[in-house]
Amino acid sequence: MEFHMTILVGILVTVAVYLLLSRNMVRIILGTAVLSHAVHLLLITMGGAGEGKVPLLRESEGPYADALPQALILTAIVISFATTALLLVLAYRTYEESGSDNMNTIRRIDRE
Amino acid sequence: MFAVFVIFLPFIMALFLPAVHRLIGDRLIGWYVMAVPLVLFATLVRLIPRIADGEVIDVSYAWIPEAGIDLAVRVDGLGMIFALLITGVGTLVALYSIYYLSPRESLGHFYVYLLLFMGAMLGVVFSDNLMLLYTFWELTSISSFLLIAFWYHRKGSRYGAQKAMLITVMGGVSMLAGFLMLYFMTGTFSISEIIGMRETLAGESLIVPAMFLILLGAFTKSVQFPFHIWLPDAMEAPTPVSAYLHSATMVKAGIYLVALFTPLFGGLDAWFWSLSIAGIVTLLWGAFNAMKQNDLKALLAYSTISQLGLIMSLLGFGSAALSADAAGDPTVYAAAGFAALFYLLNHSTFKGLLFMVIGIVDHEIGTRDIRRLGGLMSFMPVTFTFAVIGSFSMAGLPPFNGFLSKEMFFGAAVNIASGQPFAGGAEVLFPVVGWLASVFTFVYCTIIVYRTFLGPVQPEKIDRVPREAPKGMLVAPGILAALVILIFFFPNIIGKYVIGPAMPVMFPVLSQEANLVPEIEAWHGVNLPLVMTFGVIALGLLLFITFRHWKRIYRVAPFRWTMDSIYRGLLQTGEAGSTIVTDLYMTGRSRDYFAFIYVFFLVTVGGMLFLTGAFEPDFSRGPVGIFEISFVIIMAFAAIAMLFARSRITATLLNGVLGYSVAIFFVFFRAPDLALTQTVIETVTTVLFLLCFHFLPEWKPEDSPLRTKIVNGLIAIGAGTLVTAFGLTVQGYDVYSSISSYFEDSYKLAGGSNIVNAILGDFRAFDTMLEVVVLFIAGIGVYTLIALKPKKGGDDIEGK
Repeated sequence: MEFHMTILVGILVTVAVYLLLSRNMVRIILGTAVLSHAVHLLLITMGGAGEGKVPLLRESEGPYADALPQALILTAIVISFATTALLLVLAYRTYEESGSDNMNTIRRIDRE
Repeated sequence: MFAVFVIFLPFIMALFLPAVHRLIGDRLIGWYVMAVPLVLFATLVRLIPRIADGEVIDVSYAWIPEAGIDLAVRVDGLGMIFALLITGVGTLVALYSIYYLSPRESLGHFYVYLLLFMGAMLGVVFSDNLMLLYTFWELTSISSFLLIAFWYHRKGSRYGAQKAMLITVMGGVSMLAGFLMLYFMTGTFSISEIIGMRETLAGESLIVPAMFLILLGAFTKSVQFPFHIWLPDAMEAPTPVSAYLHSATMVKAGIYLVALFTPLFGGLDAWFWSLSIAGIVTLLWGAFNAMKQNDLKALLAYSTISQLGLIMSLLGFGSAALSADAAGDPTVYAAAGFAALFYLLNHSTFKGLLFMVIGIVDHEIGTRDIRRLGGLMSFMPVTFTFAVIGSFSMAGLPPFNGFLSKEMFFGAAVNIASGQPFAGGAEVLFPVVGWLASVFTFVYCTIIVYRTFLGPVQPEKIDRVPREAPKGMLVAPGILAALVILIFFFPNIIGKYVIGPAMPVMFPVLSQEANLVPEIEAWHGVNLPLVMTFGVIALGLLLFITFRHWKRIYRVAPFRWTMDSIYRGLLQTGEAGSTIVTDLYMTGRSRDYFAFIYVFFLVTVGGMLFLTGAFEPDFSRGPVGIFEISFVIIMAFAAIAMLFARSRITATLLNGVLGYSVAIFFVFFRAPDLALTQTVIETVTTVLFLLCFHFLPEWKPEDSPLRTKIVNGLIAIGAGTLVTAFGLTVQGYDVYSSISSYFEDSYKLAGGSNIVNAILGDFRAFDTMLEVVVLFIAGIGVYTLIALKPKKGGDDIEGK
């Protein structure tokens, strides 16, 4: 299973990086969202995908799945949500001020 | 305790200054500041008898003991001379400033900087730890920077401040490197300990490089050729500052450093030649340039450069006394060291006096350009008298203290030339060049007196009616003028009690010699130095009278090719170069910055893994369920489809597919909390995207050229491949055992049966708290961006 997951993570990273390198603000923000999906999957895969039982002590006797990556990912999900929200509002305000969603056009306005 | 108090009193008083300033107002704040050096001066004067008996006060507190850095303070004869100058001249300068500065100036800033400097300078001369010395040394550079730039609205002030800072800090850093070499050789930062090891250090191979690096610090600070160029520009500072920092004290820090290290490096022939040659060249070049100046302050700046060169060369001559190979009686050479300190003291009196005189002229007339001045004698008789006393002393005429020290300089130079301690042959030139420089000195001293105070008045060129300065402004120069005369008549009081105690510090080997401290005599019969003085007067008068005829020499090529133009060229080239380099990578395109990040990631991480042969991908497949593999395929398709999405809605929905599939994977991987959170967050994120799309235009297909797209694709594929390869390699590794089993005790340790919750809420609660902070900051950001829009037609802060 880990093998397939790692290949999938590679595909997601490729797509994310390609989106990040584009000129359109919305594409860049989508790139960050895809990149965080990739990272979350990578983390949980590295923690041993699908091994053990649900880490709830009352539910079973163990051995449990690794709880530490799960805790890390939970934090990461919330933070990536916060940054996505901020980036979206930033894009909205930038468009409102500059009239463009193209990074190159915005750059030219900035330099003038 | 007492010595530490001396250093820190100015700092403490500076700390309270703003509050006191508010309390007592502009008129009295100067007196508050003046009290500091006055109290310190009185305290130090009371110490003189103890120090004169050869006592040394040592105090040391541990500061950073792990690094061998202590708050070590040492009061000895050498530091005492400088401390008396700092506090003595400091008192007079503070007194003079009270009348010189208009209450409209930002007096608070001025006096804080002045006190800061005072404390730093006292720190330099009393430190017994190299790192402490260095700290205070740089602090003097910083306070000098602040004081030169005091009138920061003037371009010249900012330029001068920057120049002084760049040159002195460059020297300071090189000095630090020298200090570190000393530490490397001795294992201690304590100056007295290092000097105590001078015999074992003599054979070290690093001793000469360390010496040169430390000398670079001393030469930049004490304006030796070719680093002298910052001093004329530093004259943009208010005149009291020029009198204090840039003639009496700070520029002498380099002299102090050289005197301090004389016992260590003295005797090396490299030391002797560096000091003597740098000093003599500076002496001549400064005096030669002083003659052509039209600005009286620039003239004094060049004269200061010249006289610091003279002192430096005297220290060089004196160091011959410590050489084992030097022929002749060492105390004869050591007398040059004595002359250096005596000249240093005299210089502070007459040069401080002259700066104050020029300050008065500038203050009362509104200009200090000699082309517009003249005939002020009848309007300003007292100032004129002071100018005569200062100038004649500087020119080396009796009955002023400058005569005594100039004769001693001639004597020392003649001794070196006849004794030839290092048998170089070039020593013969020292008295000749020194004599020529003295002729020039005589000429510019005459220029100061004659062109300012004698000759015709030029009322059409000045805006104000000349009048004498207010009485209070004349007190400080009056005291200095009195000293100039008193020292001539009673030189041995100073010689015995102030300068004498420094001699065993500089020449510890000779401390038992009875005649180490020479007797200063005003009349010693007709001898060579006296004949030289007569020659100076004769030729000097001749040159002054014929000045108009040979002035053209300054336009001859080698004299126009100045160090200043080199400095400017270096600065401009440096700025232009850094602009080119910066523009090369700071393109302003986010695409380029992302590309840098990922290329860097590929090159360093990928390159490192490849070079060390760490790639060992684990290709074992393991069991795969049908659900899992179908979601892998769904996600892969959804991701790739995003790249080709025509509309942003499609792309966002595909992103949603990815997000919900991730949630399902969390279910597969036994992470119920994650699955729940992911589902909620993914929903909210998608809603947010759609909400934003209401305000944003539909996206257009990427308009970048095909070449850029190919490069982007390659970078993206590279990054994806590297992450996969990295992940597969990590799975093959099983080096460290997992720490996760610790958390499985969560019920006992944290009282929670949900391990993930226990980690977030207890084991790693701080992380969670910071995560909340991140959310909070993002929230503030969103709120600020939306709610605090600039009003249409309102104040535009950025001024588009």
